[in-house]
Amino acid sequence: MAQEMTAQGGREVTRGDTDNSRTAMTFMPAVDIFEQGDATVILADMPGVAPEDMDVTLERQVLTLRGQVRPHAPDGYRRIASEYREGDYERAFTLSDEVDQDKIKADFKHGVLRLELPRAAEAKPKKISIKAA
Amino acid sequence: MLQSTIAPFRAFDPFADMRRMQSEMNQLFNGFGMAQRSQVHPAVNFWAGQDSIVLTAELPGLSEDDIELTVKDTTAVLRGSYPEHASGEDVTWRRRERPSGAFSRTVELPFRVDPEKVDARFKNGVLTVEMQRPDDDKPKRIQIKAS
Repeated sequence: MAQEMTAQGGREVTRGDTDNSRTAMTFMPAVDIFEQGDATVILADMPGVAPEDMDVTLERQVLTLRGQVRPHAPDGYRRIASEYREGDYERAFTLSDEVDQDKIKADFKHGVLRLELPRAAEAKPKKISIKAA
Repeated sequence: MLQSTIAPFRAFDPFADMRRMQSEMNQLFNGFGMAQRSQVHPAVNFWAGQDSIVLTAELPGLSEDDIELTVKDTTAVLRGSYPEHASGEDVTWRRRERPSGAFSRTVELPFRVDPEKVDARFKNGVLTVEMQRPDDDKPKRIQIKAS
């Protein structure tokens, strides 16, 4: 029900520092996608993003997840080791007609975005009764 | 008593280990788009101040109660496990990229820290731990008198 727009993979760099963005990098958040009952659930890891800096847009069939990170560096400290880098997150999915776009639910907690995409009523399998002639 | 210049310098440099780790990490970053995925989990960032050290780790999806942090002398241990989000027979997986299961990470600190003065916060999936050097362990400035 949700097709990836861009290259697949984990937390890849989607964009380098081309425009004067605040942070140097944009990462592709790692996602889990599963179907449960009548809904498809997308979980996306975006640590460091505050709920108010999370942005989910739906344009036609394209669902875009964007999270902005406010760079974190303690004052008066110098960096001595970095094993991970900070950056914004962005990832896009194309939704199929099966998704009921009006009923998409989004929830953001502990740096994880949870999207619930319910299946549209007309996409649910319908039993067609055959009348005897 | 004059010792060789190198050995005492090394012993005196508390950040040598971290710099080594950093250069190893930089090598990892070179040439890989997926540099974020390090072998050790969770990946940590370090900042050093005069008498304190700040450690951050990205642990999305966990809550404060899922993370166990222990500090003793010069080691900090981070333990926890990712909550299972979906289980059951009616679940059909399409993609699984997020980390799962339990993790344990031991971090060697450049100096001894006071376990009583550790401040750990967890916000938006990022753990920030500030650790202080105990007072009796701080380097002392020695006054030089003119004779």
